[in-house]
Amino acid sequence: MAKLKSVTPKGALKDQWTNHKNDINLVNPANKRLIDVIVIGTGLAGSSAAASLAEMGYNVKAFCFQDTPRRAHSIAAQGGINAAKNYQNDGDSTFRLFYDTIKGGDYRSRESNTYRLAEVSANIIDQCVAQGVPFARDYGGLLDNRSFGGVLVSRTFYAKGQTGQQLLLGAYSALSRQVAKGKVTMYTRHEMMDVVMVDGKARGIIARNLITGELERHGAHAVVLCSGGYGNVFFLSTNAMGSNVSAAWKAHKKGAYFANPCYTQIHPTCIPVSGDHQSKLTLMSESLRNDGRIWVPKKKEDCKAIIEKSKRAEDIPEEDRDYYLERRYPSFGNLVPRDVASRAAKERCDAGFGVNKTGNAVFLDFASAIVRYGKLEANIKNVKNPTDKQIKEWGRAVVKSKYGNLFDMYKQITDDDPYFTAMKIYPAVHYTMGGLWVDYNLMTNVPGLYACGEANFSDHGANRLGASALMQGLADGYFVLPYTIGDYLSKDIRTGAIDTEQKAFEEAEQNVQTRIDKLINNNGTKSVDHFHKRLGKVMWDKVGMARNEKGLKDAIKEITEIREDFWKNVKVPGSANAFNPELDKAGRVADFLELGELFAQDALDRKESCGGHFREEYQTKEGEALRDDKKYAYVAAWEYNEVPSKAKLHKEELTFKEVELKTRSYK
Amino acid sequence: MKLTLKIWRQSGPEDKGAMKTYPVEGIDGDMSFLEMMDVLNEQLIEQGEEPVAFDHDCREGICGMCSMYINGQAHGPKRGVTTCQLHMRSFKDGDTIYIEPWRSKAFPVVKDLVVDRSSFDRIIQSGGFVSVNTSGNTIDANATPIEKENADKAFDAATCIGCGACVASCKNASAMLFVSAKVSQLSLLPQGDPERKSRALNMVNQMDEEGFGNCTNTGACSVECPKEISLENIARMNREFLKASVSKE
Repeated sequence: MAKLKSVTPKGALKDQWTNHKNDINLVNPANKRLIDVIVIGTGLAGSSAAASLAEMGYNVKAFCFQDTPRRAHSIAAQGGINAAKNYQNDGDSTFRLFYDTIKGGDYRSRESNTYRLAEVSANIIDQCVAQGVPFARDYGGLLDNRSFGGVLVSRTFYAKGQTGQQLLLGAYSALSRQVAKGKVTMYTRHEMMDVVMVDGKARGIIARNLITGELERHGAHAVVLCSGGYGNVFFLSTNAMGSNVSAAWKAHKKGAYFANPCYTQIHPTCIPVSGDHQSKLTLMSESLRNDGRIWVPKKKEDCKAIIEKSKRAEDIPEEDRDYYLERRYPSFGNLVPRDVASRAAKERCDAGFGVNKTGNAVFLDFASAIVRYGKLEANIKNVKNPTDKQIKEWGRAVVKSKYGNLFDMYKQITDDDPYFTAMKIYPAVHYTMGGLWVDYNLMTNVPGLYACGEANFSDHGANRLGASALMQGLADGYFVLPYTIGDYLSKDIRTGAIDTEQKAFEEAEQNVQTRIDKLINNNGTKSVDHFHKRLGKVMWDKVGMARNEKGLKDAIKEITEIREDFWKNVKVPGSANAFNPELDKAGRVADFLELGELFAQDALDRKESCGGHFREEYQTKEGEALRDDKKYAYVAAWEYNEVPSKAKLHKEELTFKEVELKTRSYK
Repeated sequence: MKLTLKIWRQSGPEDKGAMKTYPVEGIDGDMSFLEMMDVLNEQLIEQGEEPVAFDHDCREGICGMCSMYINGQAHGPKRGVTTCQLHMRSFKDGDTIYIEPWRSKAFPVVKDLVVDRSSFDRIIQSGGFVSVNTSGNTIDANATPIEKENADKAFDAATCIGCGACVASCKNASAMLFVSAKVSQLSLLPQGDPERKSRALNMVNQMDEEGFGNCTNTGACSVECPKEISLENIARMNREFLKASVSKE
């Protein structure tokens, strides 16, 4: 394989995208009708890409495993979407958004891609409003903004706690319009099983109809993967049950490099695991840390009493509480970035101060915010000597107006009322910054194979800022890929339709069939979930929030063992030629069992701590992450090589022209 | 707790289907309803039986994929929640729970509790959008102020998750609440104005073509809706449809 070429345009950062658009080849409208493009996944990136490509005139085939494209997991994003509109006149600019993103990513992303993301961000808001996305507005009828973690301006646009839903439904409506016109053919309940390569180019896919079990061949001049992240390798995460790595992993096995797999975001405020039956974790928005204070008891006997339910949070006197974030990070306090907050919670729980039966929970307490708001309300109401009861009542009303839907959700799941007692929270896997390596055009190193949204690695470095995932998904799909793909497709105007009867398709289909037969005829004794849970436990314990050399080496060994056991002993009921969700799941878990190993290998190889990747050997005396810019300011792009942990490493050195590399400090 | 589950089993659209009885044990009040179904399925796999097929994905109440009739109610006994957000503490030890798929001609059963809701996609395709290309060169987002009240109402309508509980709850299997939520959202916003007539006519026509029933104002849809979409939307759609019908050439 050739050296990694990022094809970053020449010139100053601020001119690169404009120059690039002027320089690349275009396909004339009549010729676009001769070109077919496959899009895998219909989240923000996939729906927006499919709709935009179809509008431009390409023939698009879009695939999703859900029953309708509107269910993709982008729908669950809560907080908002960033854009450098500077509507608040608080000093925001394209450069500031770019800078915050690079710094937030701990200087491990590509400058040119990140700058372009900031540059097109404003257009996203215009586009979405034009589609009828009902963003929050103020009384003057103009768009409202709010603040998010790690930045000094108010640039987050939102639609209550359902921003992802509203943006996805906007993209889904654009997609539906093209389906109605016949420019997009939509394949729901279909899963991509493999990429088909012809003469070194991606020329189609093998898909499985999940209702009938039939394998289908689909040819195209380019294949675009918008298949999301791989957080479910941990079994428990905030991802949807069906979210999987399979499309990206198949591409990897066909030659696409997988970049920075170890960069995973562990979100600090999720509802903790309540027992072994748990199937997924639920996020409580970052915005709660504006008013909630995080603490654990100072005395272990108090922790025990709380676990045994003989005491409650409110019974612990103030002097016996350890507000550990305020203690360790006096200047940022409860508002430190996600990676820092998560590690601090783990540190306290590992030391034996957890507050639920699993020992893995800390308090997020609104009691002081309720009193603070209550007193303010008393002043507003001009009540001179309010009673304690009045203050709390008014305070709760204010908190309700800010976080009502989140409090309701919490109560629904835990049966505890956070208006009256502290929430229990714990970090959980939320997002994966790593993904398929792509160049400036969002093409992987495999010609004709593209990756957008969470499926690629490009914009967030080692840690993503809140409200930036939605921005990247839509930027890639609406405004970047539709332009850059033309440069490649311009060479395909005379190729004609791709013949799916050719040998490459036959072989790929045969390989897929062989694997399915093996799974279904395996007649083992253990369910797919049994193996997935075991993998998840190894990943969480040894490749999770804190990693070290020994643990990572053990993890690689254990994952290999689980994988061998899986192929010997997995039991998949039912038939391959019918609707069979257990079979679908088996294929996905088999891929996670390979990815997990590469993930651990990448973490082992990166002998530094940066962003979401924390190696215990590389920390300061105070326990903070220690980056090594001399040796590790590169993108680790892995080439598949039979055994995942023996993958071949290719390095894309990161050069920073416009920003200076600094140590992040929140003390 | 121990429970007795009576579940609709149907191997495919052609199969007649029947209720089957399954005992489950060791159910914890903290489990979600779907996690209880996971326990049952693990048990069935161990016994060499086929697990019960049911739709689910996000398990946080927003994707709209889960769809079960629980004791005769769409998404079960609690108001304003989807099946995945219903927890087992809503049930008692020894309870018998009846679990069935959505029942509507326009939602044919795929397998067991899984139904085909693609009719909803076709209704959206018939007009549930604003015809604007993704050029990135639209006008500035703040160039058209929108009255907060209308923006909020549009948002409330837009929170529909397309699960189909409204259809399942309606004695006529009407999709009026689903369709009106989209018609309302776009008719309340200036961006949706140019196409408001064709949208109302086309979406209503498509709804009829798909075989959904008519609305007789019983309001069950809104009561069972996990997002508590208001009946007001149906009234608004009726006005839109009527206006469009009389002013049509």
